[in-house]
Amino acid sequence: MTTEPPNLLLHSLMKAQDGTAFVRALGAEIVAAEPGKSTMRLPYSRAIIGNPDTGVVHGGVITGLLDHACGMAVGTALGVIVTDPAKRASTSYATLDLRIDYLKAAKPGSDIMVVGECVKITRQIVFARGRAYQASPDEPIAMATGTFMLTELRASADTKA
Amino acid sequence: MELLARAARDGVPPDIDALIAAVPYCAWLGLSARIDVERVVLEMPFDTKLIGNPIIPALHGGVIGSLLETAALVQSIYATGSASIPKPVDITIDYLRTGRAVTSFASARLARQGRRVVNVHAQMWQEDEMKPIAALRGHFLLA
Repeated sequence: MTTEPPNLLLHSLMKAQDGTAFVRALGAEIVAAEPGKSTMRLPYSRAIIGNPDTGVVHGGVITGLLDHACGMAVGTALGVIVTDPAKRASTSYATLDLRIDYLKAAKPGSDIMVVGECVKITRQIVFARGRAYQASPDEPIAMATGTFMLTELRASADTKA
Repeated sequence: MELLARAARDGVPPDIDALIAAVPYCAWLGLSARIDVERVVLEMPFDTKLIGNPIIPALHGGVIGSLLETAALVQSIYATGSASIPKPVDITIDYLRTGRAVTSFASARLARQGRRVVNVHAQMWQEDEMKPIAALRGHFLLA
């Protein structure tokens, strides 16, 4: 794992974010990032409503943010998302599956915070966890478990293959 | 929802396309619905705001999950005549192929309909329904 200053890494993530139209269009922003971990915030807006009677956010929005936060956690852990492009790891990854538990409905009108964490990197597979919360990180509204496949094996692992 | 309650009261299937139009996030995604026999088929035209990976370009995994979850929800409503929108309990998404920058479709079936909970399987495809790009399995609470 790289040990870049979080603020530099964050800067490069914000720039990379410009390429992720979906997350930008939802109005989400990356608020913290370090190797293997990312935090995002999504302000409430009309566009993300899934139930017009209650104003509760659509589950797919939360899934989308959890998918993105887990993907960024994996990317920063692998050295694919880095501050210095010259130090970018020559690997790529794809999501195999994502499981979401909706613990409780998101409270309308409040920001949603989403945290992704890389749990384990193996030669071919990477495991990640995510959680979404509003008022307190101790009261998650959703949890995620994601599995990713390395589409190009890591250089350090190739020699052992 | 009034739209769903009225259909339940009148004993007729709900107008899923009107429901989709009334849900802001579904409208934002650009979804529309048609009924194919007893199955709701959702259509999502490609839009640049749906991109997750600009290099390929590919649909964002969250867009794929959103379409699949919506397909599961509307099939649950259509099949059960629920007067309100069911609540998702848990979902698992399998990403099978890259979601390319073209129109996508999704449909679902109820694997098990209980009194309170439904188990739903959904599939998403682009040109060829026989080559799904993603699948979802999930539980939803009927209100």
